[in-house]
Amino acid sequence: MFTPHTDAERKEMLTALGLNSIEELFSDVPQQFRFPALDLPKGMNEMFVREYVEGFSQANISTKEFICFLGAGAYDHYIPSAVDSILRRGEFFTAYTPYQPEISQGTLQTIFEFQTLICNLTSLEVSNASHYDGATAAAEACITAYSHFHGKRKKILLSSAINPQYREVVHTYLSGIQDVTIETIGDGQNSLPDPFAIEGSIDENTALVMVQYPDFFGRIYDFSNLIEKAHQKGALVCLIVNPTALGLLKTPGEMGADIAVGEGQPLGIPLSFGGPYLGFIAAKKELVRKLSGRLVGETVDKDGKRGYVLTLTAREQHIRREKATSNICSNQGLMALAATVYMSLLGKTGIRQVSNLCYQNAHYAAQKITQLDGFKVLTSEPFFHEIVIQCPTSVEHINHHLLEEGILGGYALESIYPDLKDCMLLAFTEKTNKEVIDVLCDILKESNHD
Amino acid sequence: MSTPKDLKFSESDEWIKVKGSTALIGITDFAQNQLSDIVYVEYELDIDDDFEKDETVATIESVKAAADIHAPIAGTVLEINETLIDNPEHLNDDPYGSWLFKIAIDEPSELDALMDAETYDRFCEDRGE
Repeated sequence: MFTPHTDAERKEMLTALGLNSIEELFSDVPQQFRFPALDLPKGMNEMFVREYVEGFSQANISTKEFICFLGAGAYDHYIPSAVDSILRRGEFFTAYTPYQPEISQGTLQTIFEFQTLICNLTSLEVSNASHYDGATAAAEACITAYSHFHGKRKKILLSSAINPQYREVVHTYLSGIQDVTIETIGDGQNSLPDPFAIEGSIDENTALVMVQYPDFFGRIYDFSNLIEKAHQKGALVCLIVNPTALGLLKTPGEMGADIAVGEGQPLGIPLSFGGPYLGFIAAKKELVRKLSGRLVGETVDKDGKRGYVLTLTAREQHIRREKATSNICSNQGLMALAATVYMSLLGKTGIRQVSNLCYQNAHYAAQKITQLDGFKVLTSEPFFHEIVIQCPTSVEHINHHLLEEGILGGYALESIYPDLKDCMLLAFTEKTNKEVIDVLCDILKESNHD
Repeated sequence: MSTPKDLKFSESDEWIKVKGSTALIGITDFAQNQLSDIVYVEYELDIDDDFEKDETVATIESVKAAADIHAPIAGTVLEINETLIDNPEHLNDDPYGSWLFKIAIDEPSELDALMDAETYDRFCEDRGE
């Protein structure tokens, strides 16, 4: 039996923590969930287990049968079959970032290609090997900026038009850095937050200004001026981007952003109950030493043949120890591979086509919904593939109606933004074409009459 | 490598070369040897920054470790040796010729607490070199 710790060692560790028992370690877990008695049925054979579990799975609804207008950070895009068939090759079956180049050339090459594609998409110079999701990538960008200024600039500014979950993760992630203050700016009264309100708060103590593009409400802004103003104060700027949108829009690099992060799920990764997803982070070359996570580089072996290796590892935790910028010593290998296959398959033209379809569908929908009695589109032009609509009744009521018709409705904004009463965030992709948008509008119309 | 006689040394393996009211600061041969191949120098201070004795003024990364560089005395940064940013290996090749900072000395009496070459050599020998 594998016994990593002796009783004496456990006691020593507990004493150091000022605790009496291992149970006390779990005191944050509510009492009724701690050490519950497991009332398990008798053993079953495989056939019954399969039937039993499949019975459960029937209760799930999926975007295979349902039309999905729910976005708010994760999007229902079509995933070409090639993505899965390459992803499921046995050679790629490892969760680990390969650090032994002599046995891992294939995986290292795909990561290198992932990094290249992310750099191309964002017009920035360096990308890491990926993160767990967009929100953690955003938090890592904050630490990168803090560390870039050697902790001398202590303020992080977040636009309140950033996905609320991302903002929460940033707060949690940075809670260990005592002297950092995080300010959230731009709460609009009875309207959508103003992303430029953040400008007035940038000063010589600001390490990072973070905005979302397109923002949480789908709106597109050219942040070039904001970035220039931030740079005048010496601060860095990070854009949280939707990779699909970058197929069509001005890139973070073109606007002068120092860092771009985002959620890679739209790039060939299924919604899957919320994960596993994929974070990406790209930056200007001068920040490479402070960049989190792993980096793969291209080199030549002793015979002059091209090869791939982990590079700049000295900045990582296993060498820099507590002086390292980040604690991340891994990446999201399989999901990064999925995104790499997806992007390679679509190419520049394909990504632009997907992006354009999303854009056109959202604009068709906005124009239709504006004509419905009692509904109002709050998202101003220009916007990408999400819009906020104000409904005549509660979002819950409308979503219930939609669900009965096989449609997953939008995200209710009121719980996060109390001013946005009865407001719903709807997302459109290449899958939500004119036909299904017409169905959506018919049901919205009906839901207003009962 | 013989230890230059005109330098003073700290217990954390920095050297200081005094010239009037200014001085150069670097790392010793012992330090570069312990670190092995140096791949990156990160300056924590800018020109005109004041620093205290023992304050971390730079961090040096090698292929196997990252080490803080401590100020042997208090002072103000006059110059930063920028050639080390692109050529950190100079610290391995020529540790006593590669200075990190040129500084203005705050309190010359602080130099008295530092070791001379002979004492520093013994200090290194005691640590098994």
